[in-house]
Amino acid sequence: MTERTLTPVAIPGTQTISPDKVYPGAVHEGHAPVLLPNGFDAQADDLISRYPVSKRSASLPLLHLWQETFGYISPEGIEWIAAKLSLQPINILELVTFYPWFRQHPVGKVHIRVCRTLSCALGGAYELRDHVAKKCNTGQPDHHGLALSEDGKYSVEFVECLAACGTAPVMMINDDFYENITHQGADDLLAKYPV
Amino acid sequence: MPVAENRLIFKNIDRDGFTNDIDCYLKNDGYKMLKKALGMKSPDIVSEVKTSGLRGRGGAGFSCGAKWSFIDPTKNTKPVYLICNADESEPGTFKDKQIIYKDPHQLLEGMAISCYANNAHLAYIYIRCEFTEGTKILERAIAEAKAKNFLGKNICGSGYDLEIYVHRGAGAYICGEETGLIESLEGKRPYPRIKPPYFPAVLGLYMSPTIVNNVETLCAVKHIVDMGGANYAKLGKPNNTGTRMLCVSGDVNKPGYFEFEVGKITIGELINDVCGGIKGGRKLKALIPGGSSAKVMKAGDRYKIKQKQADGSVQEIEMGLLDLPIDFDTLAAAGSMAGSGGVIVMDDSRDMVQCLANIATFYAHESCGQCTPCREGSLWMKKITTRLAEGNGHPNDIPLLKNVADNIAGRTICAFGEACAWPVQSFIAKFPEEFVAHSTSTAPKKEEPAAAAH
Repeated sequence: MTERTLTPVAIPGTQTISPDKVYPGAVHEGHAPVLLPNGFDAQADDLISRYPVSKRSASLPLLHLWQETFGYISPEGIEWIAAKLSLQPINILELVTFYPWFRQHPVGKVHIRVCRTLSCALGGAYELRDHVAKKCNTGQPDHHGLALSEDGKYSVEFVECLAACGTAPVMMINDDFYENITHQGADDLLAKYPV
Repeated sequence: MPVAENRLIFKNIDRDGFTNDIDCYLKNDGYKMLKKALGMKSPDIVSEVKTSGLRGRGGAGFSCGAKWSFIDPTKNTKPVYLICNADESEPGTFKDKQIIYKDPHQLLEGMAISCYANNAHLAYIYIRCEFTEGTKILERAIAEAKAKNFLGKNICGSGYDLEIYVHRGAGAYICGEETGLIESLEGKRPYPRIKPPYFPAVLGLYMSPTIVNNVETLCAVKHIVDMGGANYAKLGKPNNTGTRMLCVSGDVNKPGYFEFEVGKITIGELINDVCGGIKGGRKLKALIPGGSSAKVMKAGDRYKIKQKQADGSVQEIEMGLLDLPIDFDTLAAAGSMAGSGGVIVMDDSRDMVQCLANIATFYAHESCGQCTPCREGSLWMKKITTRLAEGNGHPNDIPLLKNVADNIAGRTICAFGEACAWPVQSFIAKFPEEFVAHSTSTAPKKEEPAAAAH
């Protein structure tokens, strides 16, 4: 019988971020061990306490916490969350690969999500995406549709309906939501996000 | 003269001086209805909701009172849970967002009343994670309500306990399907469950009886307690009672969200009077009346609608598209649906094949992949509509597309199958000439067409 280990598989392009440089999209050379920032464990426990019946329910909240802290879900993150919830890593990995919000690779320091769906498309979402991508100098989208600039500062992607169809086109910059975006408006907004 | 709005749920939303904190809410009679409800017997609230005729505002239009009465708190040995479905992701719909961002305490009050009525002590608000600000607003509102004892232990001295938590989704449309939502809340992939046996009222969250209601539905409960079920039922039309939010987007001069009594406004009044007509002086070509899953309706079409008369007799009346009142039954009779209340308007400059390709791309992205017809079919429909839109269609594409769509609807575990097949079937049926033109390659070929990208 073959012995199975739970050693994380190294995925090309993923690096671990050390806690003193925790910002979205940070790319750190080498594979330093994951040190959790102060209070991370307590925050995780608080999230788990919201699900008195089954702590497995906390897997999405913990994935959100990990991604907000480290910028993306690394193999170490999957292992840590699985151990925390007494699950197998596959139970967490299958969520990361299913839900579009979670990612296994860093994105740009400024991450732009442009809504693609019908009302926004009627309002010029494709032109807006092209304009923003050009402005941020991003390359070709990868197979997930994410286009990253060469310096890693910007990333642009299309997302599906963001529930603000009456003020199309709309987009998100990092966690902030913006509506009725003209091309000039997009330029002005981007200027507010230093890289 | 435009039809007047009747703002019940939207009463305070966008009103000058109204803010989303608890102090302002209390100044505007906030949580009074919760106190009133706590003085009533739970089954009485359920029967008021039944009397009100309230139908779910999430899309299916199922009777809220019937949904609640599947749960009999006196016979349950398992705890009852309530989940607020705030995963608003149906393209064209943006009403729940307004409530969450601008009047979160109204939602909490409606939830608390509904939980009390159904004897639930633990409730979750499943919110889509793109509402990052909305999550913070709700978390703050819950903390405020707990501090004032409107949530938590022994609410207002009544002996009733309730905890509400916010649970964030992660960008998946299928989580709006109630059993998919439950799976997601259990920490799994949101694969919808098969019904029977997994009706949420019987085997819901953690295999316990669970009620899943839309944000707007739960807010309406507050007003039913306020007015009484019988008075609420006087709003709107029989079997289509109350008020509901309509969201208009697309090619109109003044898009936005409005609250009208159900069935008291026609499509024409909504587009021309309320929304200022079609943008740029163009003409209406088509509209989708209830979110992108609803079947498309074509300008100039005429419908035969059976209407109940005052004397009880049923009469068939022929109506144009613009004369149709917006209510559940009329739109269903006209071959579409009121759905989630998201009206998407397209003017005569729009290419229907491109519009369909856009919708098909959405569904291909959002299919959860559990059932083969939907997983494979949605991708095929995206591929075919996209190549048609690009001008690379084959002569055989239209029957092929129709064949794929016809083999999805009715063959899947959840209603997503219908949701992705209906737009395709209806666009082909209503605009065959445009599809023919594209499939015979008379349309100009484009290098990178709008609808083809990711």
